[in-house]
Amino acid sequence: MTFADFADYFWRNRGLMGEYFLQHVQMVAAGVGLALLAGVPLGILCMRGRWTARLVLAVTGILQVVPSLAMLVLLMLWMGLGNATVMAGLFLYSLNPIVRNTYVGLQQVSGSLIDAARGVGMSRWQQLWRVRVPLALPYMMTGLRVAAVIAIGVATIAPLVGGDGLGREVYAGINGQNSLRIYSGALPAALLAIVADIGLGALQRRLDPAAARSRRPRAGGGASGKDGADAAVPPVPKAQG
Amino acid sequence: MTMIQIRDVNKRYDDGFHALKNINLEFRQGEMTVLIGPSGCGKSTTMRLVNRLVSPTSGTVEIGGRDIRSIDPVELRRSIGYVIQSVGLFPHMTIGRNVAVVPRLKRWDADKTARRVDELLDMVGLKPDLYRDRYPSELSGGQQQRVGVVRALAADPDIILMDEPFSALDPLSREQLQEDVARLQQELHKTIVFVTHDMDEALKIADRIVLMKDGEVVQSDTPDRMLRRPANDFVRTFIGQKRLEAGGAADVAEREAGPDLGGFVMADGPTVNDVMVTQPAVTYPGRGLAEAITTMERRKVDSLYVVDRQRKLLGSVSIYNVMDSYGDEDKTVADVMMPVRYSVQSGTPLTQAVELLASHRLHNVAVIDEDSRFIGLITRGSVVRHLAEKLPHGDNGEEPGSSTGLGPQGGNREEHS
Ligand SMILES: Nc1ncnc2c1ncn2[C@@H]1O[C@H](COP(=O)(O)OP(=O)(O)OP(=O)(O)O)[C@@H](O)[C@H]1O
Ligand SMILES: [Mg+2]
Repeated sequence: MTFADFADYFWRNRGLMGEYFLQHVQMVAAGVGLALLAGVPLGILCMRGRWTARLVLAVTGILQVVPSLAMLVLLMLWMGLGNATVMAGLFLYSLNPIVRNTYVGLQQVSGSLIDAARGVGMSRWQQLWRVRVPLALPYMMTGLRVAAVIAIGVATIAPLVGGDGLGREVYAGINGQNSLRIYSGALPAALLAIVADIGLGALQRRLDPAAARSRRPRAGGGASGKDGADAAVPPVPKAQG
Repeated sequence: MTMIQIRDVNKRYDDGFHALKNINLEFRQGEMTVLIGPSGCGKSTTMRLVNRLVSPTSGTVEIGGRDIRSIDPVELRRSIGYVIQSVGLFPHMTIGRNVAVVPRLKRWDADKTARRVDELLDMVGLKPDLYRDRYPSELSGGQQQRVGVVRALAADPDIILMDEPFSALDPLSREQLQEDVARLQQELHKTIVFVTHDMDEALKIADRIVLMKDGEVVQSDTPDRMLRRPANDFVRTFIGQKRLEAGGAADVAEREAGPDLGGFVMADGPTVNDVMVTQPAVTYPGRGLAEAITTMERRKVDSLYVVDRQRKLLGSVSIYNVMDSYGDEDKTVADVMMPVRYSVQSGTPLTQAVELLASHRLHNVAVIDEDSRFIGLITRGSVVRHLAEKLPHGDNGEEPGSSTGLGPQGGNREEHS
């Protein structure tokens, strides 16, 4: 088998490949999306106290150490075959990184900032939404990124419980002992994981308040000498804006 | 009138540390009370009692006669300005947003808030157009501290708590802000509680100084009484022997001035404004005589001009006036000051001022602006320095860039008569 054979096969079946790819993305997006919707509030809930945090983190932690195949099979016994089972599995798998990172993000906000927030008269709710959550965003993004990369991988075993996605092609290849098909399923999945990692990583850096910079171009000419010197921060690259 | 009353307060932190021991204090309406003492003595803890960031283990805190436990803490804090010791700007908000934080919590309308933000940034010398949209990480430590100060003033609270607000500032901006805060307190009758480590700062701005040690109040008094009657050796060491040796202050005018008094002279234009010392030593009419001597000593001069909070010139006091009445503790600067006989308007040609100096044998002459505010001082020294710069110096010629007038003599010596 040469690369030309692979390219040829892939091109002839591009329609089906596209379909598998889309299904894959949809399953991952649904599972991780739900985990984000549930996980962030759970992370916030952990702020209520040490015992709440321990309990929540223990449960999500256990969920994640269950081997992926076992998890999907157990869910299948309960929910039957199909994509819904896969999404439920991905959801449960993604909870742990999202909840844990959200909690860590909310916790790491420095005491002096919370002091300032209390001092200016923010209620607990305002301290949370106006200070803790914005400062925890990069952490939440880290959780999302880890969850997405894991979910993309786990989703390739979806066909074992009747799910769709790129795994179809992989298992078809295994059953038919056709390595072309195995590659056709596995390579796009790997690529998807890499792209998700890089893309979400970039998003995470943009949300980092430590890197917060005004995006407006510096008024260079008009500024007096002193202000010019104060503003000796490297200009923000255009591409970022 | 008592604004804030702290009664029999003890504070034990969760770890059992007894941080405040039987504190009884009152902060009066419209006064600036300065808490001072060594690190860890409980200054911040005391201050934080007032906005309920610290709740007493026993005892009560009252504001305007009302126990603050009966006030919703969130509402209470919104009505009290608080400058946190660690500055505490929110890194994800622009400078404008940071300053606007309390007005926004109080739901002011956007226009009013924006105007207020610009006004405040201007007040602390940060051009709104340049700084409003920057993030805290784009500012120097001193600039951040100034933003921290105006954030506390934004919603125009009656009570302002300031925890070492000027610790990261250079001496000049520090002096400037001290005056701004003193003026604010004087004009708008704010009740200010101010924490500092710096006795000079305390003596300069305080109406009342509270000296603390190990969670206890050692002495609470006016600056003047604290200088005259230190309660014990601890107070004495804390104030510093130098400041207490008031009698030795008469000869200070003979000493060399330090380089930090900031007078400066422009090279071009022969009006008094170009030559005058721009930060002459001043005092205020209500100040005690011991304080006046401390100021003279600090500024290394033998007389002071007396101005009101708008810097209108009221008179002058010399070390002799002060020493004559020093024994009378009730006397203030206003009682011993002399009227100012000679002054010149801003923009007067230098030659006229020099004539005035010569014909009346004056040591100096005050420069006032059209609102009779005291803006500078022409001294014999400042004239000599100006001339020395203008005239060629033998064969060396003039050094390029020496036009600031800060010569090796310090350039700031104020020879008041
Ligand atoms: N949350 C806390 N828990 C336990 N101990 C505390 C706490 N906050 C302060 N302390 C202790 O209480 C004492 C007084 O603290 P405080 O912050 O009031 O001091 P300070 O006079 O403001 O000092 P500094 O000048 O260093 O700011 C210190 O010994 C400090 O270690
Ligand atoms: Mg402190």
